[in-house]
Amino acid sequence: MIKFEAVTKKFGNLLALDDINLEVKQGEFVFLVGPSGAGKSTLLRILTKEVSPTSGKVFLSHIDITKIPDRDVPKYRRKIGFVFQDFKLLDDRTVFENVALTLEVLGRSEDEIKKGVEHVLKLVEIWDKRNLFPKQLSGGEAQRTAIARAIVGKPDILLADEPTGDLDPKTAWGVIQLLNEINTWGTTILMATHNAEIVNTLKRRVIILKNGKITKDSKEGKYE
Amino acid sequence: MSRTFGFAKRNIRRSPFQAIAASMVMFLTFFALLVFMLLATGSQMILKYYESKPQVIAFFKDGTTQADVTAIQNALSRETKVVGIKFVSKEDALKIYKERNKNDPALLELVTANILPSSLEISTQTPQDLPSIAEILKQEPVIEEVIVPEDVVATLTSATKVIRIVGSAVVGFLILFAILVILMVIGFKIRLRRDEIEIMKLIGASSSFIRTPFVLEGIFYGLVGAVSSWIVVYIIIWYFTPFWQGYLNEVKLLPVNPLFMLILLSAAAIASILIGTLGSVGAVRRYLRI
Repeated sequence: MIKFEAVTKKFGNLLALDDINLEVKQGEFVFLVGPSGAGKSTLLRILTKEVSPTSGKVFLSHIDITKIPDRDVPKYRRKIGFVFQDFKLLDDRTVFENVALTLEVLGRSEDEIKKGVEHVLKLVEIWDKRNLFPKQLSGGEAQRTAIARAIVGKPDILLADEPTGDLDPKTAWGVIQLLNEINTWGTTILMATHNAEIVNTLKRRVIILKNGKITKDSKEGKYE
Repeated sequence: MSRTFGFAKRNIRRSPFQAIAASMVMFLTFFALLVFMLLATGSQMILKYYESKPQVIAFFKDGTTQADVTAIQNALSRETKVVGIKFVSKEDALKIYKERNKNDPALLELVTANILPSSLEISTQTPQDLPSIAEILKQEPVIEEVIVPEDVVATLTSATKVIRIVGSAVVGFLILFAILVILMVIGFKIRLRRDEIEIMKLIGASSSFIRTPFVLEGIFYGLVGAVSSWIVVYIIIWYFTPFWQGYLNEVKLLPVNPLFMLILLSAAAIASILIGTLGSVGAVRRYLRI
């Protein structure tokens, strides 16, 4: 489903990714681990087409995404859901409106939006918070809202960049269990994290990055 | 499209002070634009009125006898250039005066027929015939003063020219200013909502989905300015019509034709859409690179 072929990314003289070769199959749950500056976020940002690789190819469902023209990038991004450490919710919109935004962008009807948002908010168990604004939410609730926004458009892939970074251990577990459940529906998940406990407990595929290189790729890996 | 309008509405409501400031600048621009357009049209109509009525007015001295008047009338009727001669007696002059000032009793109190001069109104075939007829009349000893509208036309022509030049310069400057204000306000709003735009881009919003509400916002400010200034201008015209009518006499300029005002509104609305679009598209191109 996702394939990186000899991908290198340089920011000026800084080598962020160095000859990355990687393949992720549909429905996999992959942890990207490594110290800060190892290249985890850059790898995710290449997939979102926020940055382009300096060299190499990146495929998503056999399409070389490096060749997607700028005008088609929005269409491409609709296949991907994102979850960020800082939630990136719109402060002046309610929980419902934040989640609805994805479906508005997709051009869905008002009725579809209403049903779709209700369904997904019930799924992430924050339906009762639908009229609250992000500032009125706890960290866990905010991240659940972000996850709801990411999955409401039924994306093929969910990218999560340190989604538990700002959460206490108990809340973090709740978020991870939610992501795990989403993965069971067939959504491919790539998650960059520093949380060793989560990685070691979940026993999923772990890719370790150091200085922009993949140093280890194990099927039921551990945080090292 | 209703969703895009909803986004634009939300953008405006979120920063009401900027919205008011932008609308006020647009109001000033269109107020000046409408005033200059009305002045130019009005002066043009007055000019046409005088051009279409080639007429010399000769005022008689006090003590002029009917025989003197008849002699001059006979002399003029032999001129081929003359198409009409009308004698206005002192009594007729008083009637005209009373009619013109019927709403101002103070002006009527002390005026009698004796203090008003009798006159001859001589129409010619073309405005070019006026000077020669005026020359003939000036040589008559019983004539006190000769008014040739040619002078009025010349004054009006130069006044119209000045109105057009000054008006175009002021309006041109204000239009440029309005475009820049819209550009700045929209640009500022784009910068203010950088995070939101970033999120929208990441969830796959197309460039038109992100940009259109900003463009609609610019158009909205333009339309608010144009329509509100039109309403204010119309109220001013309506309020002062009785006062101005006294000065305009026979020139049928007022009350202003409602159809003309509607055409003016349409023109202002189109101009406002153009200004709003230019300013906001400029801002979107400059500050919102997607």
